[in-house]
Amino acid sequence: MEFREFRLSGSGGQGLILAGIILAEAALKDGKNVVQSQSYGPEARGGASKAEVIISDKDINYPKVEKCDVLLALTQKAYDKYISTLKTGGVLIKDDKIAETQKRDDIEVYSVPILYTANEVLKKPMVANMIALGCIYEVTRVINKDSLEEAVLNRVPQGTEELNKKALCEGYRLIESVKGKVCHEI
Amino acid sequence: MTENNKRLMQGNEACVEGAIAAGMRFFAGYPITPSTEIAEISAAKLPRIGGKFIQMEDEIASISAIIGASLTGVKAMTATSGPGFSLKQEGIGYAIMAEVPCVIVNVQRGGPSTGLPTSPAQGDIMQARWGTHGEHSIIALYPSTVKEIFDTTIRAFNLSEKYRTPVILLMDEVIAHMREAVDLPDISEIKIYNRKKPSVGPEEYKPYKVLKGNIVPEMANIGEGYRYHVTGLIHDESGAPTNDNRIAEELVLRLVNKIENNLDDIVYYEKYELDDAEEAIVAFGATARSAKSAIDTLRAKGRRIGMFRPITIWPSPKKQLTELAKKVKRIMVVEMNMGQYLLEVERIAGKYTEVLGYGRVNGELVTPKEIVRFVEEG
Amino acid sequence: MGNNLIEKYYRTERLPHIWCPGCGNGIVLRAIVKAIDNLGLNKDDICVVSGIGCSSRATGYLDFNTVHTTHGRALAFATGIKLANPNLHVIVITGDGDCAAIGGNHLIHAARRNIDITTVVFNNNIYGMTGGQYSPTTPTGDKGTTAPYGNIDPNFDLCELAKSAGATYVSRSTVYGANMITKQVEEGIKNKGFSFIEALTICPTYYGRKNKKGDAPEMINQLKEMTINVDAYYKLPQEKREGRIVIGELYRVQREEYIEKYNRLINSF
Repeated sequence: MEFREFRLSGSGGQGLILAGIILAEAALKDGKNVVQSQSYGPEARGGASKAEVIISDKDINYPKVEKCDVLLALTQKAYDKYISTLKTGGVLIKDDKIAETQKRDDIEVYSVPILYTANEVLKKPMVANMIALGCIYEVTRVINKDSLEEAVLNRVPQGTEELNKKALCEGYRLIESVKGKVCHEI
Repeated sequence: MTENNKRLMQGNEACVEGAIAAGMRFFAGYPITPSTEIAEISAAKLPRIGGKFIQMEDEIASISAIIGASLTGVKAMTATSGPGFSLKQEGIGYAIMAEVPCVIVNVQRGGPSTGLPTSPAQGDIMQARWGTHGEHSIIALYPSTVKEIFDTTIRAFNLSEKYRTPVILLMDEVIAHMREAVDLPDISEIKIYNRKKPSVGPEEYKPYKVLKGNIVPEMANIGEGYRYHVTGLIHDESGAPTNDNRIAEELVLRLVNKIENNLDDIVYYEKYELDDAEEAIVAFGATARSAKSAIDTLRAKGRRIGMFRPITIWPSPKKQLTELAKKVKRIMVVEMNMGQYLLEVERIAGKYTEVLGYGRVNGELVTPKEIVRFVEEG
Repeated sequence: MGNNLIEKYYRTERLPHIWCPGCGNGIVLRAIVKAIDNLGLNKDDICVVSGIGCSSRATGYLDFNTVHTTHGRALAFATGIKLANPNLHVIVITGDGDCAAIGGNHLIHAARRNIDITTVVFNNNIYGMTGGQYSPTTPTGDKGTTAPYGNIDPNFDLCELAKSAGATYVSRSTVYGANMITKQVEEGIKNKGFSFIEALTICPTYYGRKNKKGDAPEMINQLKEMTINVDAYYKLPQEKREGRIVIGELYRVQREEYIEKYNRLINSF
């Protein structure tokens, strides 16, 4: 399927808008048309947050994502709120702590320990967004790996390049490790 | 253009980039969502290029400060949203009367009053036209993509300098906050218009006299030896306040006509799929993007429909709308309000064709689906 | 001397002015011009900015760069002018309504920034242009057309306000002693920072008539009686200070000027 519309959801402060920007910049490096947008409430931290990215070879007119092809959910709240916006045949990438309260048999699900890997393996909670980006890449291959890594390095603070690259790799690895046993429920 | 020049940019950022490319070296503002990034980015960029940024105590002070700065010869801009735009009206009127070039950005938000601060709306169409008191004309531009925000901000400055009038840049929250690719042109490729300075010496200079061959009076910078008087009162060619009724009428008409008589130069627009169209949508800003998607869907179903998109929303593109009205069976105006631009389109096109309106005010961008439904059922 | 000043600094073709017979504004204006003359400043380097009201019409009569702005906003316009072209000497002419009511917020923020602007308030305790309504400086109990039974508002001490907000030169004078106004405007222009000069003046037409203050000479005399020089004031025992308006240089302090700070930022890149 064509992965055109992405919704990255979680809570404020998880860096999802930055992840969306990086995804869009990587696609731009690949010569694609992109639109990145976000919505946030009045609160700066803790509230529900989502970033949206549209990647296309064609002109992008309507800039909003309604139904998405790929949904990333890092919190239960985000999952509950947005799971119904995933298209039939779409891909859900979720943190493995999220309970699948609304089982859908028309989607592909990757449930991986994104937050655990950030908190306990890399000991840096703030790189959860980079791990998530690695997952999105590995599942969709919608962008070139070089473009993604370049885009990450352009956007992250100086001195954190290695950490962020490592986080991306953790993301690739998480997906690789479950790819064989994707729960494509029938 | 190589791919390398393409940068992912937020709409508000593109506005500042365009302004700086146009020569903006002064920005005064007051924080307000969803325009704040324009102030923030200006604050970061201007001192690095020798320009000045100041956060004033309110929106009225901000527009007053940019008018003051512009009088010294510096290109100046302010940016605001909804409630702040209401406050700017006082200064807009002054800049019209005193013929001071400046650019006022209004990233619209849901209203009235504090309304929906983070949600899009197109509710300030009529306020942009008639917000300040008294008879006047106004130039208001309305971009639809992030790249177009860059280009249109430059146009806003150019028109402002050329016609010595405040220019309003109306933006939608959707585009102001989203990121899209902008391929920045080489600075040398950008056409910049600077206000005409006096062609005569201080002894002969009449600050409000239009010399032969000019559209507007030549403008001296404060501090360069031309000591003249600037006022918001009706004034004669020397700048002196007067109650003379003949002078009053001449001045007001000149201020209106310098815009209304130059529509071909001021009016920008886009035509989309109109060549064989039997019906047309009129839309602007973010709504026009939804309309384009809708038109693609409708055309795929065999419907001959297109769109006219005014980029210059005021003065309205009378000639183009009249031509369109004579050609199509109906015109549908789609906007995020309950029919503000519809009034203008009806006024111009209503005698030639059927004009319908579709609006919404819930703080969400009109979707292509609902436009399709409206066209098919409406 | 007087006529020389008028020929040198006024747009004589714009005279006569609109002010009423007996109005004190002409005295203040001439005192300002004299200060400029004493300092030997170039006319092209001076920008005089005013708001709306009787006193704000002054800019129209002066042969400098003059900007007659909107009501209350003179300081905001002046801030833009000064920041965009720091080489200009920017002088703001304003009235008590213009500066303390509708423009009060701009006053405190211009003072807070300590931007190099010299503000001269023509305080006549009334809105003259609109016909005699009470202003923020109309003494409590006095009458205006909108205070027919006497004004119940407490009145502002503008110098205290300017000082508290951050002005680095603050003084007060009256049209009884025009030389003091001149001296203070000179000091204000010389001060690199925000200078605030309150010139007490008279409006015989509205404030005077409404409050039975007599004719212009009588009102000017009353200014003399009501005021006391700052040095003499502090020599008075506490109980005798009540009700006296202090004139002279009231406050002066050194503090870095706003544009100097901004230029340091620019030069740091």
